[in-house]
Amino acid sequence: MKVVELAEKFGLEIFSGNVGLQKEISGGYVSDLLSDVMGFALENQVWITLQTHQNVIAIASLKDLAAVIIVKGLQPDPETVKHSEEEGIPLLGTDMETFEIAGKIYKEFEI
Amino acid sequence: MAEILEFHIKGGDFNLAGKASSKIKKKLIQLGVETSTIKRIVVATYEAELNVVAHAREGKLTAIFEPDSIRIIIADSGPGIEDIDLAMEAGFSTATKKVREMGFGAGMGLPNIRKNTDELEIESKVGVGTRLEMIIYY
Repeated sequence: MKVVELAEKFGLEIFSGNVGLQKEISGGYVSDLLSDVMGFALENQVWITLQTHQNVIAIASLKDLAAVIIVKGLQPDPETVKHSEEEGIPLLGTDMETFEIAGKIYKEFEI
Repeated sequence: MAEILEFHIKGGDFNLAGKASSKIKKKLIQLGVETSTIKRIVVATYEAELNVVAHAREGKLTAIFEPDSIRIIIADSGPGIEDIDLAMEAGFSTATKKVREMGFGAGMGLPNIRKNTDELEIESKVGVGTRLEMIIYY
């Protein structure tokens, strides 16, 4: 499933990083601890988090993640949006809580 | 001759955290280093870079690209580490509340570095600073 398809399917807001919307997703990772993501997230996963600052994009880029989803209607910092554009990492948002959106996405990738 | 990249890291400047790691990653891709090796180097470098940002006044990161490996030296002037063995334990952290609220400071940095490097040496003097030297073979 591509990032854009995921966004459409679950009504995710696309804040920025449209360049990366055609990227194929391999699965998801849920964490609000940045070192946890750094250590354990895998390439092409979507990262679900409540963190909104720009270091999120730095990590997503270094780890080659497919996209970042910010939960609970939280708004990304302006620098985060800017950085997402520069790096071409889609920054998405949802009003859902982590449990709900992660559950929905998990179902898509369940074998 | 080995190519060398040097970066200055400013303590407390979270806006720039990861810049050195990003440039090193690009260089490794150019050099054609295997993807799985690049991933290990990136994790270790980012964590070391972030430690300087989160704890120190300033630091210098030197990346030496050898034919078969990368050697990275991160030396900072800062508070130093009182008990290195304790700091290496997963979950141990002296990060401030602000740093923790950002999702850093979970006590995973040094364990992540150890896990992703082939050789790691840490020297530290309380009140002076810390020096990490790590080697990852391609």
